[in-house]
Amino acid sequence: MGKQVPVAEGVFTWPSDEPRLIGSKCTDCGNVMFPTQSGCPKCSGQTTETVELGRTGTLWTWTVQGYPPKSPPYAGDASPKTFEPFGVGYVELPGEVKVETRLTVSDPEHIEIGMEMELTFVPLYTNDDGDEVVTFAFAPTAS
Amino acid sequence: MTTDDVAIVGIGMHPFGRHEGVSGMDMGVSAVRTACADAGVEWSDIQFAFGGSAAAGNPDTMVSKLGLTGLQFINVVNGCATGGSALFSAYNSIKSGMFDLGIAIGFDKHERGAFRVNTRSSGLGDWYGESGMALTTQFFGMKINRYMHEYGISNDSLARVSEKAFRNGSKNENAWRRKPLSMDEVKESAMLSYPLTQYMFCSPGEGGVALILARADQAHKYTDTPVYLKSAVVRSRRFGSFEVMAPSVALEHNAGPTVDASAAAFEMAGIGPEDIDVAQLQDTESGAEIMHMAENGFCEHGEQEHMLAMGETEIGGRLPVNTDGGCLANGEPIGASGLRQVYENVLQLRGDAGERQVPNNPKTAYTHVYGAPGISGVTILAK
Ligand SMILES: [Zn+2]
Repeated sequence: MGKQVPVAEGVFTWPSDEPRLIGSKCTDCGNVMFPTQSGCPKCSGQTTETVELGRTGTLWTWTVQGYPPKSPPYAGDASPKTFEPFGVGYVELPGEVKVETRLTVSDPEHIEIGMEMELTFVPLYTNDDGDEVVTFAFAPTAS
Repeated sequence: MTTDDVAIVGIGMHPFGRHEGVSGMDMGVSAVRTACADAGVEWSDIQFAFGGSAAAGNPDTMVSKLGLTGLQFINVVNGCATGGSALFSAYNSIKSGMFDLGIAIGFDKHERGAFRVNTRSSGLGDWYGESGMALTTQFFGMKINRYMHEYGISNDSLARVSEKAFRNGSKNENAWRRKPLSMDEVKESAMLSYPLTQYMFCSPGEGGVALILARADQAHKYTDTPVYLKSAVVRSRRFGSFEVMAPSVALEHNAGPTVDASAAAFEMAGIGPEDIDVAQLQDTESGAEIMHMAENGFCEHGEQEHMLAMGETEIGGRLPVNTDGGCLANGEPIGASGLRQVYENVLQLRGDAGERQVPNNPKTAYTHVYGAPGISGVTILAK
């Protein structure tokens, strides 16, 4: 049994007891960006600092990916026979930024703009080393 | 009263759709020859060209088929606004006084299925596409889902736009999809990206368009029915707008590049939305047409629900929209798409649109393209 590895370095803290998304904050105007970047689109400032983003927020908008994305680039299951639709949305992290993310839910009956969400991680595929590659997602907060 | 500077004096189109064995560039060449014949000029008369293609080769190489005349030929690559950018450049080349006669060309040929994502060319990490995001279809699903939530647009309106597009397309011999579809057929087709179904989306396609531009004071040398370009504007996004290929979006809201491009185009033309007789608006999917009606200033947000139900955007309505079937019925060959809209408007203003002619002698016409990574192009034409 392999270990779990992140889809890319520097997108979220890993390994970690409580992983977080990694963003940037403009040192001039405080604008928060995800993923990290070196310049600020708001004030044209040239310096940013790396910050860990909040783990909870509200769903700003969403859709359901109903067909297999082209592979590459998609690294998950793109076989038309076994593909399972998945939710995608933007989660508004209070005081920070709206982050685009996979959702752990995909039934339109159970997804609603404004619902409370929290950060989690989902398996994407198994790599050649037998490791499970994971990416981030948001799940409805258990109430 | 502003004086007219630039006129469109010749138009040519290679039919849109799928054409096995015909290269994108050959469609461009075909459109150029048709446009030259329409204006009554030879290729050797053309002083400059701006050509755009996203996936079918470098346009300037087409001179090896059209004739090596030594003209200035500049390639334009600007995402979904490629055609609009070629036209903008051609317009200003004449307006500046540098040239008297030139051509804007757009053609393309894309592989089947949704556009393949290239996150790296957008400056984004591979993880974004690998994780199952970065699809343009997702963006449009999410934008209209939020819009419907905020402004009370119904699923019926989404279906109504598609039904209109395919009905208009059935009257257009150059359209790709010419079979009318009922609202139920649209709604019951496969759900691609909630709330948008298969027949609410356009597909990447093939086609070519060429437009010949001349100094307005010389236009009557070439045509009895010149159409004047009153404005041509391209704008990119500002901070806070919600755009395709965005792993994050700012908390603060900005209306986006369409609103900016539209306002600038109306100001340049010296007229307002109420003066427009026919409009071609970017309809990558049916929700986009609805949102773009408001973003271009033709109504308030939310009014579209009533306008569509009353048929106001039908060919015989108050403001006919996408009279040639739009992207939905024509597909979207990126380099050619924006020029297709202008081609249709020239036909409408000349009174040559046949079965789909807007009644009562339209005098002004509007085009709008929108695409990745948050760019809009607008033109206003008048006769
Ligand atoms: Zn800043």
